[in-house]
Amino acid sequence: MTPKLALHDVIVRRGGQVTLDVPALEIVSGEVLAVVGPNGAGKSTLVQVLGLLERPAAGAVLLDGRPVTGHELAARRRMATVFQEPLLLDRSVRDNVILGMRLRGVRRSERGQRAGRWLEALGIGGLARRRPHQLSGGEAQRASLARALALDPEVLLLDEPFSALDAPTRARLAADLGHLLHQQGQTTVLVTHDRDEALQLATRVAVLIGGRLRQAGSVEAVFARPADPEVAAFLGVETIVPGVVVARGESVAQVRAGGVLIEAAGAALPLGDAVFLCIRPEDVVLAPATAEPVATSARNRLPAVVGAVTPTGGQRRVELDCGFPLVAVVTRRSAEELAIVPGAALVASFKASAVHLVPQPEPAAPPKGSR
Amino acid sequence: MDLLWDGLREAVRLIVTGDREVLEITLRSLLVSAAATALSLTIGVPLGMLLAQRQFRGRSVALAFVNTGMGMPPVVVGLLVALMLWRSGPLGELDILYTKTAMALAQAILAAPVVTGLTATAIQGLHPKLRLQIVALGASRLQTLALLAREARLLLIAAVMVAFGAAISEVGASLQVGGNIKGETRVLTTTVVLETGRGNFDVALALGIILLALVFAVTLLLTLLQQRARRA
Repeated sequence: MTPKLALHDVIVRRGGQVTLDVPALEIVSGEVLAVVGPNGAGKSTLVQVLGLLERPAAGAVLLDGRPVTGHELAARRRMATVFQEPLLLDRSVRDNVILGMRLRGVRRSERGQRAGRWLEALGIGGLARRRPHQLSGGEAQRASLARALALDPEVLLLDEPFSALDAPTRARLAADLGHLLHQQGQTTVLVTHDRDEALQLATRVAVLIGGRLRQAGSVEAVFARPADPEVAAFLGVETIVPGVVVARGESVAQVRAGGVLIEAAGAALPLGDAVFLCIRPEDVVLAPATAEPVATSARNRLPAVVGAVTPTGGQRRVELDCGFPLVAVVTRRSAEELAIVPGAALVASFKASAVHLVPQPEPAAPPKGSR
Repeated sequence: MDLLWDGLREAVRLIVTGDREVLEITLRSLLVSAAATALSLTIGVPLGMLLAQRQFRGRSVALAFVNTGMGMPPVVVGLLVALMLWRSGPLGELDILYTKTAMALAQAILAAPVVTGLTATAIQGLHPKLRLQIVALGASRLQTLALLAREARLLLIAAVMVAFGAAISEVGASLQVGGNIKGETRVLTTTVVLETGRGNFDVALALGIILLALVFAVTLLLTLLQQRARRA
């Protein structure tokens, strides 16, 4: 299948330095590709090249398999870009949403209708007549997203769309947008430095570090098996396993992962929801299997078998199997005291609050029919 | 005091009776300066937008030139334009020295740096990524410029006011390239100078009051437009 949008041997230079070097990148119809990477990795440059807002020094951008060179404006009018800042023009919210459609020659009768529909979809139908300066940051970004989605873009490009928002606003907007994207089967490229956003929204992840794509693949595969130490360091969280919410208490949820029940704090997720469990290695405590359970606040105690043990500085990184792969970090001294060697049986424990639940993206709806 | 009082009485009489020559001079002033303003906007707005957006070597130097231009002595501009338009000068073939066209040209040259500088400032005051967002929405090059200008409309209308004010108040260059020919190139400012020299203070004062009223009326109109644009 021809990818919807692709890059071929793209190179971007700034002041003589190569800031982006992408031999190949393909975005398939209907997928949400998250491009993650630290600040300064070239993520924004990548979005601008994909959105035909910056011409690379070398290489080609292909839309539906055809190079866009020579008809950039027409190609640009088939995509939409949302930036970190809402960048609304000084006119009403509704007129902002209509503007893009007007520039693309959408019929007048249809513009108003679409604007109304998308403002409703983003929960700001009541703010249509407001001016940008009368909106909160979250509302303004919703308006910006409505303006982009109303264009019915073949590819939606999102450049850190949530990073200027406070945490609760960000969480709500990310959830709403994720729902809309998957419902629409909207082909999307989301650029972010936030791993959780990638986990929550993306069907595929690409890691960009130092202007180069270091790894691309399914969310699970990339987070579970980082291709190199730098990618792993950026991804930080070493244990990411898929699970399903099976019970929910007042402040604690039970999640089944790899045949084991895990308790996780806080997350108000619906029953039956597919999630990722994220556990940081420093939150896992290891104890001998024979030891009597000591009084501890750790809700999760799992029998585990040691796999590989790798020295990292003064510590040991321990890979365990406790029904699912779990990574722990212990000091060199504890490693010796507990006799942590491959094959040893131990008990791994971690608090419910150490388990971070991230919703898995919903399965994509069938692609929109007529294009 | 009598002098001033007589002047004011004569001014009112000239205005109220609609003196033919005064009316002619007033309309000519308006026409020449409106043309000059239009010309200075045609040059200044695109140039200002270019200076604000394009990154090139010597951009700061170019902006410094523009800012210097804002304080250009009118007599120097008048002299240069006169030299250019002189019969044996580089543009002598146009044969427009001592015409309203030449006056509009000189006034436009004086006002253009102000328009350019204010436009550049207005555009630089917008969010640096706004242009990118407008392009991403699907605007062509021309549409992008028009939308950016609309975003900066308050300052651009201010630029129009300043340009018109500078043009219609100008006297040195207008005398040099217009010649103050009766019935041809005589405008409010040049007539005030002439009549003051002749000791006809009443006429000079009358024309001065008309000039002030004219500038106020045009500025009022533009200010109303500006305040409506703010709410639009």
